[in-house]
Amino acid sequence: MTALAQGKALRLVFGETITELADEDDRIVVLDGDTGSSTYTSLFEAAHPERFFQMGITEQNMLGMAAGMSTLGLIPIVSTFSCFIVSRAHDSIRVLIAQPKANVKLMGGYAGLLAGMTGKTHLMFDDISIMRAMANMTVVAPVDEVETRSALRAIIDYDGPVYFRLNRPNTPIIFDDDYEFVLGKAVTVREGTDVTVFSTGTQTARALEAAEALALEGIDVHLVHVPTVKPLDVDAVVAAARKTGLVVTSEEHTVVGGLGGAVAEALAVNAPTPMILHGLQDVFGESGPDGPLLDKYGISAEKTADAIRAAAANR
Amino acid sequence: MTQTTATYTPEDMAEFARQARVRILEAVKHAGGGHVGGPYSAADMLAALYFGILDIRPDEPDWPDRDRFVLSKGHSSIALYTMLALRGYFPVEELLTFDSIDSRLQGHPDMTATPGIDMSSGSLGLGFAAALGIALGARTEGRDFTTFVMLGDGECNEGIVWEGAHVAARYGLSNIVAIVDHNKLQQFGWSGETLNERITPYTGTQLADRWRAFGWEVMEMDGHDIPQVLATLEAARAFEGGPVAVIAHTIKGKGVSYMEGDYTWHSKVPNDEEFALAMEELGETEGGAA
Repeated sequence: MTALAQGKALRLVFGETITELADEDDRIVVLDGDTGSSTYTSLFEAAHPERFFQMGITEQNMLGMAAGMSTLGLIPIVSTFSCFIVSRAHDSIRVLIAQPKANVKLMGGYAGLLAGMTGKTHLMFDDISIMRAMANMTVVAPVDEVETRSALRAIIDYDGPVYFRLNRPNTPIIFDDDYEFVLGKAVTVREGTDVTVFSTGTQTARALEAAEALALEGIDVHLVHVPTVKPLDVDAVVAAARKTGLVVTSEEHTVVGGLGGAVAEALAVNAPTPMILHGLQDVFGESGPDGPLLDKYGISAEKTADAIRAAAANR
Repeated sequence: MTQTTATYTPEDMAEFARQARVRILEAVKHAGGGHVGGPYSAADMLAALYFGILDIRPDEPDWPDRDRFVLSKGHSSIALYTMLALRGYFPVEELLTFDSIDSRLQGHPDMTATPGIDMSSGSLGLGFAAALGIALGARTEGRDFTTFVMLGDGECNEGIVWEGAHVAARYGLSNIVAIVDHNKLQQFGWSGETLNERITPYTGTQLADRWRAFGWEVMEMDGHDIPQVLATLEAARAFEGGPVAVIAHTIKGKGVSYMEGDYTWHSKVPNDEEFALAMEELGETEGGAA
């Protein structure tokens, strides 16, 4: 398959961008859960030491303290690995951040299947479903460095809690430099007529590679990237589904309740459409290099193409 | 009774605490549910805070420079609501809406619903973390108010409390005062000699020792002796050497003989006879309004 141009890791872009944003906005503070050397909040600490707070390994406390800080008009950006935010500190988020709509930004680092050689304890790919089920929460999963830069600006401008998904590996670039992320809006990445594919986060790059490969076989994919999984851009989802009458959702995430769940809920009510949910199949992960993991768990570009091809063949 | 400019004497505060105990029981009986033992152990301290210690403006609940108070033992919400009402944040009559549908007075404190609530709480330990965040944020922003937070002794079972205690000491936060309502009982707790006897979660000096070990300055007081509460909390506010934990020795159910020290009154609705007896013991000759 044709490879896309390789870009930076989203975690690095995150560290660079929040450092820049804090140059202009002194409401921004960063709370780090002892992972700044991995998540690149280290860049922020070096530039803005007085607004960087090391919280140590106290995730439940860290999320609670962020909520308290937000009541003074500060904008706390809380950063650690996704599993420790979403899973470990779920109660703090629910009661102190989501329920009061606290203006806290939750940065889920190392989200998805590709978290180094960490294994199932650290591989967090039910984060979107869990955070999506929480009232008042906004859920964003950017695809590349361009979108991550733009989206970070947008979520700082938005007054309310946001869960933001960040992946570990270097990530292909699919957007031009002038691309602008709009919170709550889906974006058509490729026009097509045979099958509509919705994808989110870094999986969109693999879905795009799959779409280009399928085009050579005569399957014309309409690819819609959904960076804001909640609130879902229902109008765009319905319109894109109607365009081809066949839907595949694809995500580096469990098929239980993530983007696939969100799209299924929207279409079931508004425009029932035949649909395949492609992603991690209700399992936990394991240790391994990125390539073999993507292949084994069925979400590599090749396996994504297989899923779309099968859906198109069975319509 | 609800002037915002008055200076109150310790005797006034004791009277407000007495009235609060009456109102608490009325509200719980009216709602048909709620907590009593914890609110009663905290009532005298809350009266001292809201009528003596806290720099607040009931007619401007969101005044940016106000002292903050977080009730981390959020299940004692009715005690806080009662004190806020007596202090003039909302009408005392509204207390009888406690726990009813559409009420601003939810089972646990909701900062989005009730005037005067600085932080939502209810899942134990969370309010403490949020209070530490308020204190750290205030220091970052150069604001000089004090944040007071009240925890239960049972609440100190929670791991998050000790996560926060570590971080607060690490940052040397001297604008936070944690009051631990050490009433020696929790909802059910560990059994003693018999199953009906429940033992204190922390015996002797264990609770003070834990806070001290985490780097906090520890003060102790009788949480029912209002002059002592006032003096201790002022000393805690003035202490500049780091965070202060005030261990408040209290009696769960304080003020009503049959409730004192009986864990079953953690949350329980009095029957008519119990209610009448409580009103009598609390000096409420009219018999209460439940």
